[in-house]
Amino acid sequence: MILALAPLAGVGHFLGQEFTRNAALAGGAIAVAAGMVGYFLVVRAQVFTGDALGHAAFTGALAALAAGLDVHVGLFAGTILVALLLGALGPRGRADDVVIGSVFAWLLGLGVLFLSLYTTSSSTGDSRAGITVLFGSIFGLSDHATVLAVLTCLGVVLVLTGLARPLLFASFDEAVASARGVPVRLLGTALLVLVAVTAAEAAPAVGALQLLGLLTGPAATALLITRRPFRALALSGGVALVEVWLGLGLAYAVPSLPPTFAIMAVIVAGYGAARVADRAGRRVEV
Amino acid sequence: MLGALPGPLALATPHLSWNVVADVREMFRYPFMVNAFRAGTAVAVLSAVVGWFMVLRRQAFVGHTLAIVGFPGAAAAAWLGAPPALGYFAACLLCALVIAALSGRGAGGDDRGEPAVIGLAQAAALATGYLFISLYHGNLEGTNALLFGSFLGVTTGQVVALTVVAVVCVAAVATIGRPLMFASVDPGTALARGIPVAALGVGFLLLLGAAAAGASQITGSLLVFALLVLPPATARRFTLRPGLGIVLAVVLGLAVTWAGLTLAYYTTYPIGFWVTSLAFGLYVVVHAVHAVAHRGRHRPQPERAP
Repeated sequence: MILALAPLAGVGHFLGQEFTRNAALAGGAIAVAAGMVGYFLVVRAQVFTGDALGHAAFTGALAALAAGLDVHVGLFAGTILVALLLGALGPRGRADDVVIGSVFAWLLGLGVLFLSLYTTSSSTGDSRAGITVLFGSIFGLSDHATVLAVLTCLGVVLVLTGLARPLLFASFDEAVASARGVPVRLLGTALLVLVAVTAAEAAPAVGALQLLGLLTGPAATALLITRRPFRALALSGGVALVEVWLGLGLAYAVPSLPPTFAIMAVIVAGYGAARVADRAGRRVEV
Repeated sequence: MLGALPGPLALATPHLSWNVVADVREMFRYPFMVNAFRAGTAVAVLSAVVGWFMVLRRQAFVGHTLAIVGFPGAAAAAWLGAPPALGYFAACLLCALVIAALSGRGAGGDDRGEPAVIGLAQAAALATGYLFISLYHGNLEGTNALLFGSFLGVTTGQVVALTVVAVVCVAAVATIGRPLMFASVDPGTALARGIPVAALGVGFLLLLGAAAAGASQITGSLLVFALLVLPPATARRFTLRPGLGIVLAVVLGLAVTWAGLTLAYYTTYPIGFWVTSLAFGLYVVVHAVHAVAHRGRHRPQPERAP
């Protein structure tokens, strides 16, 4: 409501508080990283793999909670292990969808086991833990978690930028890239590890389950706007950043909306708008 | 509900003896366990039959999305005070139609649509479900049950509804089975022979939606895959023949469901964990045995377009 009346005052108010500032910083960093790795997942038709890594984040986090470890240890261990596993299982670093489905059905089952172990055995156990990991709590990030998220995502973006050229080559024309001596398989696995790291950072903030929307939505939007690879890659990160910030603002202005829902709503609206504009543009051309 | 409770009956903790007959009889003394077994049986048969075609058609991701969409449906039903079963079926069937409409143009048998769009739809559906939950201010145990399943509160009405849905869907699969098989394996030739490939695709998506909605009520939205993918995928390791494969998938699905229910009853661990672990264990063992047995004969798998 504040935002609607006086946008500038609303933004000032938003940034004046610690929990919202942390959410904007961490959310922005996660958005850029997720948008960029998501672009590769979409052009390589590996969306389902990204989904499985989100589920791995859920199981990893709950395993750590059940074992009394730091959640971040479980998040990173879970997602990176599954990324390496999926990279090893599939031909050329790409697993079959039935294999992925089988693996993640079991991952979720394990997650449920850890959830029940955590809630029944430990005295500090809290049945909200599972819900928090699944649906995220971006307004509940600590300073420490924020710094970690920003640094990790910065690392992901830098590594991805470094790998972008060979990775694009390997993604668009795998056979030729392979013949030219590009390590196609290694690049595929490296991409999965980058997705895994992003997923581990994003899961506590936007939720293990809706992470998929952040990976695919901005990328699909960017691909509607431009087909040129590098431009689309950068645009995907940028679109994700803007959408997450808009979503956070919306959730802040309308407190009854869960922040993750607000972010997903903005992403869906962005994709819808790009699609309508794309269709209109085509009609003009014809 | 079981997700967080220490066990179904904290007062008289059931324990296994070596007398199997006595154990089963003891479990079936409780009407809720009888209902759970009836519902589980209907769901396992339906999931295995529909899942076999899903694996054949490589629509695992769509199946997963349909299952996920059941969650906001059920959450909305809870918020509005309607029965959750209604929410599951309405949401899953609606989503099947939407996916069919968005990707239906290509009659080439490629119903997978744009995976990115499906992924976005899935995430948006989950977020919407969470919105309904927070509007409802409901108990979080209920959320866990919607996501991860519960066999405790299965009513007789639910059993009847699930059985009717299962019978109708299996009959539908039996009716369209032959052309569906043809359209799935070789859509080009099927189309040339005058088989309505696109209509069959839409029909199958609806069946998949019904199966996902039914299974969601036992395994929860997130674990439908355990019954939809794993038994058929395991069965396909033994035989590629349709009739035999479907029967085998049904047998495996029933075995996993019954064993999962029994173990969930006798231990403190949730049903979702048992069903997924048993199904995945079978899948891995069968694949490992197959890999060892066929190590000598290297047979390259046909390459598929990603």
